Amino acid sequence: MREVKKSVPKKDSYGLIRGKPVYTDDIAPRDSLIVKVLRSPHAFARIKSIDTSEALTMSGVELVLTYKDVPRKPITRAGQGYPEPSPYDKFILDEYVRYVGDEVAVVAAKDERTAEEALKKIKVEYDVLEPVLDFEKAEGNPSVIHPEDDIFPQFDIGFDPKRNIAASYEMEIGDVDEIIKECEEDPDCVVVKDRFYTQAQAHVMLEPHASFAYIDMSGRLVIVTSTQTPFHVRRQVSMVLGIPIKDIRVIKPRIGGGFGGKQALHGELIVSLVTWKTKKPAKLVYTRREVFEATYTRHPSRFDVTLAATKDGKLRAIAYDVLWDTGAYGEHALTTLMVAGSKTLPMYNKVDGVRFRGKVVYTNHVPAGAYRGYGAIQGNFALESAMDILAEKLGMDPVELRLKNIIREGETSPIFKIMGEGREGTDMIIKSCKLEQAIRRGAEIINWEKKFRKREKRGSKVKGVGMAIAMQGSGIANIDMGSAIIKLNDDGSFNLLVGATDLGTGSDTILAQIAAEVLGVSTDDIIVYSSDTDLTPFDAGAYASSTTYVSGNAVRIAAEKMKKLIIEEGARKLGLGPEEVEFDGKVIRAKDGSKEVTLKELATVRYYTEDQKQLIADGSFVGPESPPPYAATFVEVEVDTETGKVDVLKYVSILDIGTPINPALARIQAEGGAVQGIGMALYEDVKYSSSGKLLTNNLMYYKIPSRLDVPDIHVEFLESYEPTGPFGAKSVAEIGIDTPPAAIANAVYDAIGVRIKSLPLTPEKVFFAMKK
Amino acid sequence: MKIKVKVNGEWKEWEIDPSDYLLDVLRREGYLSVKRACDTGTCGACTVLVDGFPALSCSVLAATMDGHEITTAEGIADEMEEYIKALASEGAEQCGFCSPGLMVMVYALKKEIENGKVEKNEEAVKRYLIGNLCRCSGYLGQQRAIFKFLGVK
Ligand code: FES
Ligand code: FES
Repeated sequence: MREVKKSVPKKDSYGLIRGKPVYTDDIAPRDSLIVKVLRSPHAFARIKSIDTSEALTMSGVELVLTYKDVPRKPITRAGQGYPEPSPYDKFILDEYVRYVGDEVAVVAAKDERTAEEALKKIKVEYDVLEPVLDFEKAEGNPSVIHPEDDIFPQFDIGFDPKRNIAASYEMEIGDVDEIIKECEEDPDCVVVKDRFYTQAQAHVMLEPHASFAYIDMSGRLVIVTSTQTPFHVRRQVSMVLGIPIKDIRVIKPRIGGGFGGKQALHGELIVSLVTWKTKKPAKLVYTRREVFEATYTRHPSRFDVTLAATKDGKLRAIAYDVLWDTGAYGEHALTTLMVAGSKTLPMYNKVDGVRFRGKVVYTNHVPAGAYRGYGAIQGNFALESAMDILAEKLGMDPVELRLKNIIREGETSPIFKIMGEGREGTDMIIKSCKLEQAIRRGAEIINWEKKFRKREKRGSKVKGVGMAIAMQGSGIANIDMGSAIIKLNDDGSFNLLVGATDLGTGSDTILAQIAAEVLGVSTDDIIVYSSDTDLTPFDAGAYASSTTYVSGNAVRIAAEKMKKLIIEEGARKLGLGPEEVEFDGKVIRAKDGSKEVTLKELATVRYYTEDQKQLIADGSFVGPESPPPYAATFVEVEVDTETGKVDVLKYVSILDIGTPINPALARIQAEGGAVQGIGMALYEDVKYSSSGKLLTNNLMYYKIPSRLDVPDIHVEFLESYEPTGPFGAKSVAEIGIDTPPAAIANAVYDAIGVRIKSLPLTPEKVFFAMKK
Repeated sequence: MKIKVKVNGEWKEWEIDPSDYLLDVLRREGYLSVKRACDTGTCGACTVLVDGFPALSCSVLAATMDGHEITTAEGIADEMEEYIKALASEGAEQCGFCSPGLMVMVYALKKEIENGKVEKNEEAVKRYLIGNLCRCSGYLGQQRAIFKFLGVK
């Protein structure tokens, strides 16, 4: 391989580092109306009256909108494929406000100050309602968060809003209760039952959500937005505003991070509405406070895990009972819940029985949505903590317990077929899985044998080691499609047009590398243009670790077709049959060496002089399966027994991501994911006041890791080849974030013998647990 | 009110409101490398140099800049070619939103090291750059590039 497995710099590196104006807010028209949103001060209320007259008379105010001025059409902002597995339970503006930060009214004005002044002039009287702030008390609560009758799911997702249930799901293989009972009665068996909690985490992508809209010369609506899903944005804006899809163009410029937070629609609907009404350009850039208060968090969760195993460490049954908090709206409710099972349970595929039962409840919190890990990180914390508890009860080394039970190449799990994303999944035999090697290698690097249960002390500090394993997916099988177009230019370079969305990950570059590898050209000769619904072909978007695998395969197919086309046209030019020539990326040559034509000459001839035609090829791909990447992570921590503070000393993560198309970029993904996961494990925590007001609404109160918080991290990719992936690739975007919480909690237990079952592992929590 | 400032080597005269922050004025005037990523002076994305020293432009009133010299990422990018190469070859900028602010800071750090004000070691470099948050990269790639650029062993 020449162009893949090579760390070429990102195509946008130079522009980005130099600070070129390439993000949404940098390129918005200077005369854009400034859009601001009045947000609810109450966790739950009905708007009794709203008076906008004073704001409307202010000079410089163009438009004020309340729920009375917008179409009443239920939607989901989730940014998923159609039909979405999320309930249609949100209105652009509504009579009810369901969390502190929910939209009450929209102002568009000539500048920032006027817009802000106008917000203050809107008079709202609220009928304040009793909020539901404890997700364990949400189900069947007398306060019904969605009392309206005109909301609905697209298909059965266990939606029961009158009981505050956004979605629910159950499945069982084997008779799990029977197995657990057997094990409880059998002295040669062990059963572990435990409860775990995970908290809400905030994405904190550095660029706040931003979008602007304008009307182009033919009267069409153009939306430029920092989104992960331009095609879903187009469809949803069309649906809500009743503008035909053909009259909408969505463009994604460079975007400053997403992590799932920009999969959904946030400002897009609002700027579209303003521009459609006023015919003027309009922009909405969220403040950091708005990003915290009024976009998304990760879904908080409660897990009841039961594990049953024989004395020799063979897992017999796993059961989860899960409660999931989706906040005020049910975006990604069912799918994140199901991923908590579908991307953890198959790791231990040798059980006799497995059960998953889960409910997603509404509360009056900031809505939860897609966030890197997407349920798997929550499930991972519960399962991998429980596995360590089981190992202890069995008197077995946790490494050995994993090795006894993990999935291996050539095997399968019935879960793949049963649990998909919001619906049935797809059967799959695992074709690449280096989990065993990952565990062995990680144990070796951390020096497990020497360190486990040694509890080395240094003053008040004690060291410990812990581990966890994880799997993720590569795109959503049989649902999400990516596609690509390649065209040859008259200098022999190629344009690669992809709907795929580079949100900073480097996917433009990775897709170019794949095309270059197939064509035998240099990545520099592939010019990429992405994410513009007018000019690039359809792509579901950048989520679910899909781009390298799904869009990458589409690019591979398009490039293969292009190569075939070049060979055919080259042969024709030489008066030979296609089987009589070969193409090396530069020259089409008779196999007997008798004659040749360069790609550049061929292109020039075909475009200017002879048998003129455009050489162009396309490719589409839907994953027939979603091959999981795997990780085994080992950490060494030091716990200060006087303060409860946990320091991660060493973090070792061994990954199987198939072929890393661009090892440098893959490494940054793995390191970045690890650091986000460490943040979640140790301190990141979205907190509310007793009345439901967000307390952690800025970067001082919500701490993300700084460079001094980053431990010594060692990331390694194992040689692995996924035959269904482009050049053997799977995915890397999410797998890195899954393991830190469980691995760190397990290491803390190893150090001080105290088991923390709720995240994050703050010093107070560890300290008080120690004192108990 | 009017202020005169020297931006990236060129004198400019700007009409501003006394309550305007430097960040907003710079962006308005087309220096778009300067980013806003927080409301609290916590992220470093808006870092510029004022008379050669780093400042958070989101927290500086433009009115106080009269007669001062301001440097943004646009103004140092050519000089920082080697750094840009180092960062790009690590693949260490993902979304890039933090990159211009970080580059300004690394530029200032290099001067400080040359002047003997900051020690040339890993810990000192990390401490100097602590205010520049990055949510994508996990910092390590940045650090590999920065250490290489500064010759930190
Ligand atoms: S925008 Fe200035 S520090 Fe964040
Ligand atoms: S690269 Fe995205 S915040 Fe640093």
